[in-house]
Amino acid sequence: MIKDVSKEKRGKMTSKLSRRAFLKGSITAAGSVIATTGIARAAKSITHEKQEPLVTLLDISKCIGCEECVFACQEANADKYPEPKKPFPKMYPPGKVPVEDWSDKRDVIDRLTPYNWLFIQHASATVKGEQIDLTIPRRCMHCDNPPCVKLCPWGSAKQEENGLSRIDADLCLGGSKCKTVCPWKIPERQTGTGLYLNLLPALAGNGVMYKCDRCYNRLEKGEVPACIEACPEGVQTIGPRSEILKKAHALAKEMNGYIYGENENGGTNTIYVSPVPFEELNKSIEKGKGKPHLNKVKDMMADGTNLAKAMILAPLAGVAAAFGKFYLSSKEDK
Amino acid sequence: MKTTGKTRKYIYGITLFFITLTGFAQMPIFKRYYIADIPGFGWLAQFYVTHIMHYIAAIVLIALVTYILIDFIFNRSRLIKITRIGYFGILVLAGLIVTGVLMVVKNLSNIYFGHATIIVLDLTHLSLCMILLFVTFYSLIRKKSWVI
Repeated sequence: MIKDVSKEKRGKMTSKLSRRAFLKGSITAAGSVIATTGIARAAKSITHEKQEPLVTLLDISKCIGCEECVFACQEANADKYPEPKKPFPKMYPPGKVPVEDWSDKRDVIDRLTPYNWLFIQHASATVKGEQIDLTIPRRCMHCDNPPCVKLCPWGSAKQEENGLSRIDADLCLGGSKCKTVCPWKIPERQTGTGLYLNLLPALAGNGVMYKCDRCYNRLEKGEVPACIEACPEGVQTIGPRSEILKKAHALAKEMNGYIYGENENGGTNTIYVSPVPFEELNKSIEKGKGKPHLNKVKDMMADGTNLAKAMILAPLAGVAAAFGKFYLSSKEDK
Repeated sequence: MKTTGKTRKYIYGITLFFITLTGFAQMPIFKRYYIADIPGFGWLAQFYVTHIMHYIAAIVLIALVTYILIDFIFNRSRLIKITRIGYFGILVLAGLIVTGVLMVVKNLSNIYFGHATIIVLDLTHLSLCMILLFVTFYSLIRKKSWVI
């Protein structure tokens, strides 16, 4: 079975998750999505109730690769895209600081760029002797414990309580550490924009890093991310973590499928469900710059977390050593 | 007693060196400025390695500072006196430990610090580090002891 999508077919498709339907569903789902609205935030501040992170579920079997989500993403986030100043300032040392300019390649949609935060990855696999083609919307996974946010040296990246992580374009210096530490190498850099231009552009910084921010501004208004709203096939669902995980497992069971994103990097807020093992998909997809893999990913922050626990014992060790010395010296005095 | 004091100084010196080096390595500068290209220094550009080393150095520093504090209270408070620059250095060191511990907490899963708080912590930690380095070098060069 090879999926083919004609424009005609796309035209007939109706959104399976309209905003109204989404909001209706969310109310019954413990109001977690509604919690992003001002009223709910105010209520939360009174009750100090901890918000359950929002998780998106992507049913790959439904995706037809029509790229409606890609275009919707570009449209919704157009005002966040950089308008770099040219010519770019000279940066030193020249061999070590690459100029990354996507401003003249804004129409590139087959990979992640500063102007394209979501793209469709193509994979083919053989299931029960039948060849199937699958298309996978790829963007930031919005990790539970995002290294891009936690290891950013300036605090330019932030994680919100609803689980999304995003980079503040007004603060980012474009050092690309977030990309280096990201297991999927998601953030993309645009040179010639951002705060570094006002500091020491020749010696520090190199633009701003861009990636999916899960339409934080739409979520704040109680709207769903643009890619979810635009999808004619209802590939994506968003809701509270517990509910989405339950849904994902039920779906995987139903299609005898597989899950990706639940445990990767210690857990993410993006869950893919596929009828094909992700190892197979990973072999098939084109990987490389701006095209993330589908490998298993260990918890990149786990070592730090374990050492943080050990850190609690550090003062105790100091106290024990001091009292040990006190005991020994008092024994010597006797 | 003298041997303990020297050992303590060496441990503090080595810890301070590594914690500063790995702290600066949290910024993407060592690769850009060829330092990571020097044979044996490649690890300085590996953020997860320097992150872990920074934590390990912090554990040693916290244990050492606690030891010195307790030792001072129970054994040495009558014998030695902290100088003005000593008080200043201790205050800066305390600030570094407090902001550092808060950043460790921030890095745990499911911990959300406000954006402004994170920025303040990052900048305060970096500024205090610069001040501590200045105080340390000033004390060493001008032979100003923190205790008399």
